Amino acid sequence: MKKDLRRYWRKNLSLMAVLLFIWALVSYGFGIIFVDQLNTIRIAGFPLGFWFAQQGSIYVFVILIFVYHFRMKKIDREFDVHE
Amino acid sequence: MIILTWTYIIVGITFSLYLSIAWLSRVKTTKGFYVAGAGVSPLANGMATAADWLSAASFISIAGLISFMGYSGSIYLLGWTGGYVLLALLLAPYLRKFGKFTVPDFIGDRYYSDTARFVALLCAIFVSFTYIAGQMRGVGIIFSRFLEVDVNTGVLIGMAIIFFYVSLGGMKGITYTQVAQCLVLIVAYLVPAIAISLKITGSFAPQIGFGSTIADGPNTGKYLLDILNQLNTDLGFAEYTKPFGHGGKPMLDVFCSTMALMVGTAGLPHIIIRFYTVTSVAAARLSAGYALLFIAIFYTTAPAVASFARYNMINTISGIEYAKAPVWFKNWEKTGLIAWLDKNQNGVIEYHKGDPFAGRPTFTGEKGSHGQELISNTPADGVNELYIDNDIIVLANPEIAQLPPWVIALVAAGALAAALSTASGLLLVISSAISHDLYYRLINRSASEKQRLLVGRIMIGAALFVAGYFGINPPGFVAEVVALAFGLAASSFFPVIVLGIFSKRTTREGAICGMITGICFTIYYIVNIKFMSGSAWLLGISAEGIGTVGMLLNFVVTMLVSLMTAAPPPEVQAMVENIRFPRGTGSNIDR
Repeated sequence: MKKDLRRYWRKNLSLMAVLLFIWALVSYGFGIIFVDQLNTIRIAGFPLGFWFAQQGSIYVFVILIFVYHFRMKKIDREFDVHE
Repeated sequence: MIILTWTYIIVGITFSLYLSIAWLSRVKTTKGFYVAGAGVSPLANGMATAADWLSAASFISIAGLISFMGYSGSIYLLGWTGGYVLLALLLAPYLRKFGKFTVPDFIGDRYYSDTARFVALLCAIFVSFTYIAGQMRGVGIIFSRFLEVDVNTGVLIGMAIIFFYVSLGGMKGITYTQVAQCLVLIVAYLVPAIAISLKITGSFAPQIGFGSTIADGPNTGKYLLDILNQLNTDLGFAEYTKPFGHGGKPMLDVFCSTMALMVGTAGLPHIIIRFYTVTSVAAARLSAGYALLFIAIFYTTAPAVASFARYNMINTISGIEYAKAPVWFKNWEKTGLIAWLDKNQNGVIEYHKGDPFAGRPTFTGEKGSHGQELISNTPADGVNELYIDNDIIVLANPEIAQLPPWVIALVAAGALAAALSTASGLLLVISSAISHDLYYRLINRSASEKQRLLVGRIMIGAALFVAGYFGINPPGFVAEVVALAFGLAASSFFPVIVLGIFSKRTTREGAICGMITGICFTIYYIVNIKFMSGSAWLLGISAEGIGTVGMLLNFVVTMLVSLMTAAPPPEVQAMVENIRFPRGTGSNIDR
């Protein structure tokens, strides 16, 4: 039981790490650090870096939270710690 | 007059809706009062969180701000949405499993210390008061503009309404009125945005529209953003989509400001407290998703509104003779949100980079030779003749786009919903901090349920009174202290809550030292810049961004001191272990 909980926690942490990496990549990476380079690409009328800073990142944020919710729901059941 | 009639009708309908909901959800227990009985559905909690979050300032000012800042305005868009990812992944599920009433509750229990509880309590009160002062002023201004009453009368009306439904229904009353307010404010924001998007670009979705080509006029077929870059360059501003440099924030500051706003968002007590109200850990994760969904609808529309408004604004008034200026210009001149000072006496409105004159316009009450309102301010150097307040972008938007009067009334109802919902959420935090954390936890542990409810209701009255006082006598530094609220939330709560959950080794001494270091550094830096005209001495990081550094300091100090002090007692370590998995989330308990 105790060992299972440790594995559950590690699984949770690695899922979080992946999602937070994407979170940082789209906002701080695409929207801020690489914005100048991405702005040379144009998609649907938007300079790409500008689009990530004012639109794209926000869509990704919403998706990240829902992905976390549904993945965790599965993991909770797998380790039998759901409610 | 027709606008006023519409406003009375729509505001009247929405207000009676809020008040009936409050009456239907009145409460008798502290659990109902603080956490709505922990029985709120994820969707309802998500909507309530969104309404809590979208304040009068967001509703009225954010599009205007982005309109003038262009790319740099992204710090608000990223900051005020990205924080929810941190909230959903790092805080909300665990705090719900912990299952008490307030943020100081968690800090006090996790760090087995009443000193830590007290520091957290002071931070919660300070952050919430900072915020609410601006909200009450917002309520007054909106009432005064749309219902044509005095600003102070507006504040008083707002106070009466909020007191009625917050003291009656507590968290439960607030939650369900906020659900209604969320719908009202989002519809009110979207309707004019969609209409304007259709007009300028022919696209139904504003989010797509502002990247599209212009549908008619002299610029037909060209990309809206290209035209904006062109117009901005012609008038001496930086290109609209261009990041950094030339008057914009440097990259490091954009980075730090975004981070401070994100982390500050995740650390704001009136947002965190909402996740105590749902039924389970899974519900807390899901409701953070719903909250961000509604907030995202709003924040992806805002930059679209910003660019449409900038285009309309420049096109309809820049370089136009005052005599031929559109009617809305003359209507809004009276409010002081827009003003024209004909420096070169040629009768043409000339808009360029730079201030037209010092400060806000003071009208002499007389009309100039072209019919404009005369201004007594001292003209500034430079050729710009036009004063534009950020707020006019949203407020005058329906008129600029020539939309029907009921849309203008809808915007009024939306702005009021935004102001009332945020103010009520903040009041509850202040009231619970004092009545629960201070009175019950630290002063009178044997208080009965009835006594505690009474103290809670009295505290709402008292907090509202203080907030109303600041609304009527605004301290004049509301805009300055907002940076402080986020900076403090980022540098105080966030690190110690996260470490409290993810590191069992974090000790009481570590948390207290960390919080104090983070707060003191952040306060010192911001006060030095904002009130003592000091320089941004640390790598040019502005007051908005310094919370990031305060947060890092807090993390480092907390971890170092924790390593040097004795590990937390076994029961605290067991508690941390226990909040890491969902099973066994009971209802919220008292001790």
